[in-house]
Amino acid sequence: MKMSGADIVLECLKRIGIDTVFGYPGGVVLPLYDRFPAHPEIRHILVRHEQGGGHAADGYARASGRLGCALATSGPGATNLVTAVQNAMMDSVPTLFITGNVARNLIGKDGFQEADATGIMEPCVKHNYLVMRTENLAYTFAEAAYLATTGRPGPVHIDIPKDVFTDEAEFEWPGEISVRGYDIPGAAPQDDIDAAAKLIDEAERPLIIAGHGVILGDAHEELLAFAEHSGVPVLNTLLGLGSIPRTHVLSYGMMGMHGSYEANMAASNADVVIGIGNRMDDRAIGRFNDFNHHAKLIHVDIDPGEHGKNLPTAVPILGDVKQVLPQLTSAVRARSHMDWIRWIDEERDAHARSMAIPSGPELTTQHVIKRISDLNDDETVIVTGVGQHQMWAAQHLRVTRPHQLITSGGLGTMGFEVPAAMGAQVATPDRTVWSICGDGGFQMTLQEIATMVDEQLPVKLAVINNGFLGMVRQWQELFYEDNYVSVAMSQPDFVKLADAYGIKAIRVTEKDEVDAAIEEANAHNGPVLLDFQVEAESNVWPMVPAGAALSETVEAPEPETASEVTS
Amino acid sequence: MTTEQSQSVKHTVVALVEDRPGVLNRVASLFRRRGFNIDSLAVGTTEETGISRMTIVVESENGIVDQVQKQLGKLIDVISVSDLTHEDAVSRELALIKVACTTEQRREVLDLVDIFRARAVDVSPGSLIIQMVADERQLDSLLENLEPYGVLEMTRTGRIAMLRGETTTAMHATEPEDVLRFHRQLGRRVEGELPYVSD
Repeated sequence: MKMSGADIVLECLKRIGIDTVFGYPGGVVLPLYDRFPAHPEIRHILVRHEQGGGHAADGYARASGRLGCALATSGPGATNLVTAVQNAMMDSVPTLFITGNVARNLIGKDGFQEADATGIMEPCVKHNYLVMRTENLAYTFAEAAYLATTGRPGPVHIDIPKDVFTDEAEFEWPGEISVRGYDIPGAAPQDDIDAAAKLIDEAERPLIIAGHGVILGDAHEELLAFAEHSGVPVLNTLLGLGSIPRTHVLSYGMMGMHGSYEANMAASNADVVIGIGNRMDDRAIGRFNDFNHHAKLIHVDIDPGEHGKNLPTAVPILGDVKQVLPQLTSAVRARSHMDWIRWIDEERDAHARSMAIPSGPELTTQHVIKRISDLNDDETVIVTGVGQHQMWAAQHLRVTRPHQLITSGGLGTMGFEVPAAMGAQVATPDRTVWSICGDGGFQMTLQEIATMVDEQLPVKLAVINNGFLGMVRQWQELFYEDNYVSVAMSQPDFVKLADAYGIKAIRVTEKDEVDAAIEEANAHNGPVLLDFQVEAESNVWPMVPAGAALSETVEAPEPETASEVTS
Repeated sequence: MTTEQSQSVKHTVVALVEDRPGVLNRVASLFRRRGFNIDSLAVGTTEETGISRMTIVVESENGIVDQVQKQLGKLIDVISVSDLTHEDAVSRELALIKVACTTEQRREVLDLVDIFRARAVDVSPGSLIIQMVADERQLDSLLENLEPYGVLEMTRTGRIAMLRGETTTAMHATEPEDVLRFHRQLGRRVEGELPYVSD
């Protein structure tokens, strides 16, 4: 039976398991929008900006582990999407981005709202397509979904000219997808496993760095089994948080620029480092050339391009973490590295001050984050923006399961927090979703509150309002001699703003109001904005200055008082 | 930096790629964004319909070439990548050189052409076009010898290479029929369509 391209696209979305599209209409996608009502199985959520739609698809995918989908029109619609696409690329999030384009006869003629979306997106995606024939739509969507969700996941973009939507073709769903230039690694060769096992068995101070790949590869149980069997303590990258319960005795939290002191010292003193599904990013590893010269590196990753990209690797292991970890578990001896763990514990206890939450009467971001964590259970999803509050969240949140913490890691996209939380809420309607927003990032994408109202998405928006772009201010204070330039921001009255959008709002200015506000927000069935007017000039400690080695972790200067210590 | 450069070698990387519009853009874009330098790049068809072969010469250290290969391999349209640098391979480049040459000088220039086993493919009263197929060093050497006469114009194809003996870097995996049909539909540029179509 012949179908229009628009119907084929919507039929394809159903076949690849998309139930929600975050979209924004425009001229060239009108033929597609015209057919949405005929496909009620697909929920279209009208966002207020394409970037919001893109981040929502990203948040949807991260909260659920399913493929997220965003749709935009040609030209400005496509270019507005780019930030979200690159964000998904940097963090390997399985996402499908669809854009319309001008009709085929207008491509290359600088038509109205024409942009070379395929060319613009190309460096930001795992793969992309410009579909020039309606009969190719079905195969393209099947292949796109296959590429986005397998191997190292990532964004795939499909660009469709207007008249490809209106042309008709037979709908033929491919029985099998085969891409000869694309291999999906599975189990690792036994030789590599044996080489790694030998190093691990001989190690005195072995250490695991677990990254986002463990969560993307659904291998958190396998990681736990490996860590418990081998007795090797586990550090996380920012996006790896949740791959092992933070409450577990072998979990030592985040390493890196704002990692804990003991994590960075452990990484700098280990004799064997086992990277699992991480990409040895500069923010996690510090200055590459001076990362722990004594350590032999074992690196498990599904992407061969990550092996040796940033650090020389003794044993690269190419494979799927879910299969490789059990291989490693059965290859290594059962051990408990008590001396090494005691060493790390002593570092932690001796430097507890470095990550302590200020005990004074003033309202601090750390306190707000700690209380959000304490007053919510582990089923809650917490999304953050980018900057100081993000780092404090990584330090103080009790993250115990995958998909619990959702944050923009690689690209560091301010403005991610509101739309990504919206997407997470759509994907997991039964969970409470908190968005910890910076007052800067919040104002980049706050228009999506209107979408939350329309779609009745009860996201809790905790705006950390310190009147500064906090992380930039911290750098100007520490590295530019207090020369504050373009870093203080006047804010609108966020409570009035929330009121204008018709959502509940609570202003919090005192420390003793925090708990009641969080509980009130949790009890409210609808979006809530909490305006936390926090102390303006706190710094995130510890800190590895940009370009320094991990072993050069700097702690807070003495005068900062501390008492409340988190795990 | 200078020490790094002195350690670097010219590597010959052969990539078999899907013969689809946009694939050259993907490869070029990858080299640009990862900061790899292309010395030369030659693209052409192969014995297998639907597969093009790119010979890329990269001047860099060994570690970088490893990354070049891995990153190239990640591109979906790249089917296979091999480094022929340290392999026993035939490597050739074709050059066309237009050299200024009076009728009096013609004999000695043609002698040079003979010595280098090149050919004169166009003769005019004031110039000659010389065609030479060789490896880069011999081409450079011919060029050096022609310089005194005045090189008016030159074009070179960039290196292409192939393993000696029966071993190949070729790719003969056939694909399932529906996939093949899809590629056939998708991959060929139909007359009247735009050159820049990346499917």
